[in-house]
Amino acid sequence: MNLSLKPSASAEGETFVDLAHTPLRELNSALHKLAADTNQTLWKIANPAGRHAIAAGLDVPVTIEIDGPVGYYCAGMNKQASVIVHGNAGVGVAENMMSGLIHVKGDASQAAGATAHGGLLVIDGNASARCGISMKGIDIVVKGSIGHMSAFMAQAGTLTVLGDAGEALGDSLYEAKLFVRGSVASLGADCIEKEMREEHRALLASKLEAAGILGEVDISEFRRYGSARTLYHFHVDNVSSY
Amino acid sequence: MCGIVGLFLKQPKLEPELGAMLSQMLDIMCDRGPDSAGFAVYGAGTPGFVKLTLRGPAGTDFTALGTQLGHPVIARGTHGVLSVPEAEEASVRAALARLAPDVRVVGTGARMELYKEVGLPADVASRFKLETMSGTHAIGHTRMATESAVTTDGAHPFSTGPDQCLVHNGSLSNHAGVRRLLAREGLEVKTENDSEVAAAYLTYRMRGGDTLGEALEHSLGDLDGFYTFVVGTESGFGVLRDPIACKPAVMAETDDYVAFASEYRALAGLPGIETARVFEPEPAKVYFWDRAA
Repeated sequence: MNLSLKPSASAEGETFVDLAHTPLRELNSALHKLAADTNQTLWKIANPAGRHAIAAGLDVPVTIEIDGPVGYYCAGMNKQASVIVHGNAGVGVAENMMSGLIHVKGDASQAAGATAHGGLLVIDGNASARCGISMKGIDIVVKGSIGHMSAFMAQAGTLTVLGDAGEALGDSLYEAKLFVRGSVASLGADCIEKEMREEHRALLASKLEAAGILGEVDISEFRRYGSARTLYHFHVDNVSSY
Repeated sequence: MCGIVGLFLKQPKLEPELGAMLSQMLDIMCDRGPDSAGFAVYGAGTPGFVKLTLRGPAGTDFTALGTQLGHPVIARGTHGVLSVPEAEEASVRAALARLAPDVRVVGTGARMELYKEVGLPADVASRFKLETMSGTHAIGHTRMATESAVTTDGAHPFSTGPDQCLVHNGSLSNHAGVRRLLAREGLEVKTENDSEVAAAYLTYRMRGGDTLGEALEHSLGDLDGFYTFVVGTESGFGVLRDPIACKPAVMAETDDYVAFASEYRALAGLPGIETARVFEPEPAKVYFWDRAA
């Protein structure tokens, strides 16, 4: 491996990688080779320049701090790792995440957290269309607004939005729980507003706490959306909704 | 797939760098469209003159052709730019058809020059020396063909009116119907390409008095399918995505420029990008900038 992946002198366990000089494949390959008990627990990545698949496929409890905007599928399939993006993220950030934390300090493009099974995705800015599409257990907290068709066919997990939601929120929704503080442009097929009971307020509070913003927002301002469960099984009367 | 790039300068200071900036953006978008590439540059014009961008078979002697036509042709590879007084455009076109029947006029306008060719976009850009060109705005395209063959005619941008051009990422589903409408209105769509239909549609709207913004607004109702369009006019630059936002788009705006790309990577090398306002254009929302305004 190229020795440009050199530990910096500033702190033990910290590894600095400049993607302007180190090929992305080398970085990802080095990350994939890390042992579970590695001492290289903090990685700082410079000059990502929107490259795709940065820090995808990790399976170790390390922290990756990326200084700038990333491209598609950043931290996709993540297990255990914490990935912090100091910038915007392209399409499919945290797609298929299993566990761990991904924190985007800027905006996220389409399909953020798509199909993800677990972990926490926090987006400080806005997320565009199809946020949480087909999510299967991830918790997503978006501090801004989300685009159209978000939580499409979302199966499990939570999607919490401090801003507004675009058109067709939760279309063909299964059991994911959606909390939106702002306006919802429209609800998708089989998605309805549901009563916000104490258990839901507690659940929302736990997600806000995980995202570090419990107490900063008023839980009573959120509305809950979920599945009306009328499209689970084929019924000829619903044929136009399938 | 396909890649799109566009750059609209708000300040004259970057004008000498326009071609170099666009070239670098186009290079990065090779990954999205390796089949062919093209670009339109809005450079200097001479009042009272019209520029005709010509395309000929490899080996065409544009200098000799210019001598025959009585107007100089500036050659760039397989293309050449002929500048003629507006009043003589018709007669020069007639002479051109007679003297060099295999040379085509691919773009006209007071300021627009248009180049496109089959090949890796980075090679196409350097063949035409894009990096040396200056101007106020430019758009470019890297193509991965879907709806029609990989030919120079099928490469983008498409120009269907003076100083007008369009690049497209996506595919239109009602282009045959729109093509028939345009034929009835007397607009000739030269290729089988769906994107040329979109270009001609905008020309048709603007010919009827629409501004670029209004023409784009109308296309939301009349064009069906997947699209991200970037269009140029003599003084304007517009962007439109379909209501589902099927195709990617990201923009950056500073005091000096507005830039468009299919992916952020293509914007990453622009001056001042670190502090630019970077945003995704919203679906079904018309964006346009005009230097004349």
